Amino acid sequence: MSFTLQPGETLGIAGESGSGKSSVARALVQLTRPTGGTVSLGGAPVTNLKGQRLKRFRRRMQMVYQDPYDSLDPRMSVSDAIGEALSVRGLPKTEHAAQVAQLLERVKLPATIAQRHPNQLSGGQRQRVSIARALAVNPEIIICDEAVAALDVSIRAQVLNLLKDIQHDTGVGYLFISHDLSTLRFMADHVAIMYVGRIVEYGTSEEVFSNPQHPYTRALIAAVPSVTRRGERRLKLSGEPPDPGNPPSGCPFHPRCPEAVETCRTERPELLTIGDAQKVACHVVQWGREKTPKTEVTA
Amino acid sequence: MINLPENELTVAFSASETTVLSQPNFWRRAGRSLLHDPVALCSFAFILLLTVVAVFAPLIAPYDPLRQFSNGLSFVGAPVAPNGHFLLGTDASGRDVLSRLIFGARVSLLVGVVATGLASLIGVVIGTVAGYVGGVTESILMRFTDMVLSFPILLFCVALIAVTGPSTRNVVLVIAFAYWTYLARVVRGQVLSIKEREFVNAARTLGVGHIKIIRKHIIPHLIPTIIVYGTLGVATSILIEASLSFLGIGVPLPQASWGEMISEGQQYFQSAPWLLVAPGVALILTVLAFNLAGDWLTDLLDPAVQEMGS
Amino acid sequence: MTAWLLRRFLQMLLVIFGVVTLAFVFAYIVPANPARMVAGPQASPAAVASIAHQLGLDRSVWSQYVSFLGRILHGNLGVSFALQGRTVAGEIWLALPYTAVLAFGGILWEIVIGIPAGIIAAYRPRSVVDRFATFGALLGLSAPPFWLGLMLIYFLAYKVSWFPLNGVGHPLIWYMILPSFTLGVGGAAFYSRMVRTTVRQVLRSPFIEFARLKGMPERTILFRHVLRHALTPVVTMLGMDLGYFLGGVLIIESIFGIPGVGQLAYSSISTLDVPMITGTVLVAAVFMVFMSFVVDVAYTFIDPRVRLNVGK
Repeated sequence: MSFTLQPGETLGIAGESGSGKSSVARALVQLTRPTGGTVSLGGAPVTNLKGQRLKRFRRRMQMVYQDPYDSLDPRMSVSDAIGEALSVRGLPKTEHAAQVAQLLERVKLPATIAQRHPNQLSGGQRQRVSIARALAVNPEIIICDEAVAALDVSIRAQVLNLLKDIQHDTGVGYLFISHDLSTLRFMADHVAIMYVGRIVEYGTSEEVFSNPQHPYTRALIAAVPSVTRRGERRLKLSGEPPDPGNPPSGCPFHPRCPEAVETCRTERPELLTIGDAQKVACHVVQWGREKTPKTEVTA
Repeated sequence: MINLPENELTVAFSASETTVLSQPNFWRRAGRSLLHDPVALCSFAFILLLTVVAVFAPLIAPYDPLRQFSNGLSFVGAPVAPNGHFLLGTDASGRDVLSRLIFGARVSLLVGVVATGLASLIGVVIGTVAGYVGGVTESILMRFTDMVLSFPILLFCVALIAVTGPSTRNVVLVIAFAYWTYLARVVRGQVLSIKEREFVNAARTLGVGHIKIIRKHIIPHLIPTIIVYGTLGVATSILIEASLSFLGIGVPLPQASWGEMISEGQQYFQSAPWLLVAPGVALILTVLAFNLAGDWLTDLLDPAVQEMGS
Repeated sequence: MTAWLLRRFLQMLLVIFGVVTLAFVFAYIVPANPARMVAGPQASPAAVASIAHQLGLDRSVWSQYVSFLGRILHGNLGVSFALQGRTVAGEIWLALPYTAVLAFGGILWEIVIGIPAGIIAAYRPRSVVDRFATFGALLGLSAPPFWLGLMLIYFLAYKVSWFPLNGVGHPLIWYMILPSFTLGVGGAAFYSRMVRTTVRQVLRSPFIEFARLKGMPERTILFRHVLRHALTPVVTMLGMDLGYFLGGVLIIESIFGIPGVGQLAYSSISTLDVPMITGTVLVAAVFMVFMSFVVDVAYTFIDPRVRLNVGK
């Protein structure tokens, strides 16, 4: 799979649990080695880095994790957690306190919480600390892996707005991974819909959400409860997503797809451009239109 | 492969721990829990008392433990029963049992604490390296641990002493070499689960080095386990030391140790039962105190176990 | 399944090989001068040299190791130094029946005391029985077996003469009651606590509640559900205990004067009979490794969940 992320832009990745979203995140920050494919940052490949070069790379891409109760070490105070990141950046200890205060202000937390431990913070506060820690090394990209999924709806909005503000000020790029389409619609400039480790649809947020093409995307969007679309015939998703280690033949979605035809069982559809930037991997959609020449989405 | 004891231990000390030693109200909580638990309170008081007795043995003991009193033997040459002069009687050489008991506490505590400390150090290092590094390193280290664990612990210690020669230092080393395996297994299991937690991933993503991750994010989470196993380990080590001394290959003579006192008293138990009772009771109380303290610490430091026990 | 069995079996052989190697290291490499150790401090240099030759110490470490392995492979554990002309394997073979009776007796006590005490304590938490069992268990775990054995001898054999003082005779069972009790009491204490914890866990699980709601009698619940869950880990650990006991119970055998493997090991230590020490330690370790293999295999048959994991 491949996708591109421009500086200062947000790319949303959507999909059900088990679609491989988190594996992508982990492979990108090289917690795990991807089974294939390459990651390039600023034009230079960054896969299979080792030692010092890996360390230098890591600072450029940071991550905010899903579970606010597990992503901060319960034995470290807020200032120690952020200070650890500052040490990595090579900032002398004497300047830590000032920087910590600045970063906390940046994520709109009172400076007084610096001495607190994670178990004395709320979920939203923890996520803000996580964001501050990620920002401490001045990354170019922050991967948010279901970063707001565990938060209450009201707090979720605050954190999302905070992330937008930070992007506006610093020009950091986000890779926003979520199963929640409304969050993505709010956050993302471009959206990639994933199914079993592959992108099945890609486009600008506007294109994908107002004009979804892939049956899977349509089913996902239809599954979002909505007041306005009441009574509309809904596309229902039945069954479970397949085991990513053992995907079905042909189009991986065919066992659950209401529109599947024989070809879907045998041939895997490629991701082809159908609109301005919109790309879909679906035989049925592609036949509906005239087959356009192959264009790869490159990283 | 299944390894039952290991599973047992990993379950007992799952990483879902929420205890934070540096947490401000931790010590208050610990203190309150101790006050509500008279058994644990007594255990800690006894351990404290024993430590004081051991450290200040020369000041507390009424006599020199090695001195053979002329009035310490009856006119037929038998040990003297407890009386106003010899509070716990005398042994077959006419030495004061109470003084020997007090000096024996030194040996027991010293061997117990030093051996356990050493064993914990080895166990934590090997367990952490195995769990964190994984792969071939882990396989080699854990197979080696399995092999050492295959020897029955006491027989293993006895055989090791036999080849290295009995001395206090060797007793400590041998016990440490036999006991570290237990901690290594538990620690490895815990490290395996801790290193999968998000805050470790976060540190790695930041580019924090492995050594620093182990020092700052892994070891602190092992401290409850180390404390609990350390406390129980002292009990075990004291028992092994006493057993070795009982078999005559522990702490060398004429130094007083409880195991050796029981061993000597064995021959006279029909006529002088106090020779068995005094060191035996001291030994039981000491081991019991450490076991009870270890139990209380387990409850305090691990909510998962607390859940199970209540 | 067969593949797993085979792998587990090979793994056992590997551990035994490692154990043999470790034994070799401790018997021949760790001591500064094994021949001197064998000959004793008063021996003449010539005697030491001759013993060194007899032990093969004048050869290279590798050739010593290879011949050591070769001997062990043929079941030859060497010739005793102290007991002139007797083979180590033969002596162990003669001592083993006593140790075996003692070991099974100890297991029996563990079962007879530990399991009922644990179940009763679990059904009546915080009752007098529970507190008594808990305290008794801690006492049993803390009392050194050699002291306990001596006390039993003093009160039950010397004061009231219910049991023989020590040694072995006919019927053997009679002589084994006190030793096996001393051996089993620590384990009984341990199991009573373990059974208490697991039974309490099982009693709180939803399927027990369901069985009660169905109106299943409490006795049926106990035997059908509770015991099955609670005893699986106990059974496997009893297997490990057996392996441990069969290796010889040094202290108890020496207190009660039982001519078992432990006694053999102990007396060989006082005479510094290196082949005998190595032999007994090796036999003990092999028993433990073997029993842990048996337990693993048995476990996969008792608990189908484990087999599922094994298949992966």
